[in-house]
Amino acid sequence: MLVYGVALLSACLIAGMLIGEALGVLLGVEANVGGVGIAMLFLVLASNSQRFKNLTQGAAGDGIKFWSAMYIPIVVAMAASQNVAAAVDGGVLAILAGVLAVVVSFALVPVLARIGKSGSDEGGAA
Amino acid sequence: MDVFETVFVRNNLIVAFALVGVVMWFSYLLADKLTQGRIHGSAIAIALGLLAAYFGGVAAGGTRGVADIALLGGIGLMGGGMLRDFAIVATAFGVHLSELKKAGLAGVISIFAGVVVSFIVGAAVAIAFGYTDPAEITTIGAGAVTYIVGPVTGEAIGASNEVITLSVAAGLVKSILVMIGTPLVARFIGLDNPQSAMVFGGLMGTTSGVAAGLAATDPKLVPYGAMTATFYTGVGCLLGPSLLFFIVSAMF
Repeated sequence: MLVYGVALLSACLIAGMLIGEALGVLLGVEANVGGVGIAMLFLVLASNSQRFKNLTQGAAGDGIKFWSAMYIPIVVAMAASQNVAAAVDGGVLAILAGVLAVVVSFALVPVLARIGKSGSDEGGAA
Repeated sequence: MDVFETVFVRNNLIVAFALVGVVMWFSYLLADKLTQGRIHGSAIAIALGLLAAYFGGVAAGGTRGVADIALLGGIGLMGGGMLRDFAIVATAFGVHLSELKKAGLAGVISIFAGVVVSFIVGAAVAIAFGYTDPAEITTIGAGAVTYIVGPVTGEAIGASNEVITLSVAAGLVKSILVMIGTPLVARFIGLDNPQSAMVFGGLMGTTSGVAAGLAATDPKLVPYGAMTATFYTGVGCLLGPSLLFFIVSAMF
């Protein structure tokens, strides 16, 4: 059943969000700490496990794949509902702070990615 | 006209599906015919979305881009937090645990490095523009982390409304630039494997920026980047009003 996969996906998201929200309360932070990331971890564990085979294979798996494939269209809708006008109106300071933060962070990607490589046997993929 | 409006508003999510479908088709057509596939169709679609958001925001005077136009309200639902997170989690389907473990440590380091580096850059820009109040410097620095960390920090440490608005704008600029810039720089920063995608997500942190930037670069990398990025805002909200504010206060 297609809906089994969708239900599993939903359960993962809700469980992750609950943990993320609880983490936020524990840390005294007004934010959900990693709820989506934790939910993804649950889905990875479920899809790699034999126990959840009935919820991740065949038609049930297609239910999850559908939402995975809807990801880019949803991101396009997300882009269309961003407050771009406010970003443009933010003035030189806001634009400069945003742009420089991105440039410096981009530059750090290859530097930090090396930590991952030296810690594993993977070498050639760069 | 009334009939038209009734149907569109009542079925706004369905209208959004149809409209986004047309935009995707048009974008992939442009990518194919105009750039011979050199620019990803989804990159064009996202850029068109942002452009529409700008004009929608100017026309409607709201904060949610085209979603503030009554007939296009469904775009806001389709692109809102709930469905976005649902689809992001779905992309993790089929990811192997071993890939995640490989970049685990680098991923965690990148989250903290990303928050601190963006904060320092934002704070430095604030100082360069003549801000001397620690609460104001911290809030603008936090805005450069993400547009959620900015206001959360600003409200916690009592910054003025103008400075909080400025911090949101800085975060928005960052998020939009990550959406547009990622496919352009991907080749130069080695963003072509799960490990560097996890580091990238941790360093950039803006969930919407990372989500769209990776989608426009290589959809296979999305789950890895999204996984680390979703921890970033939480860490930023944790460090901003506490440790980072104390350090700035000690310096000014």
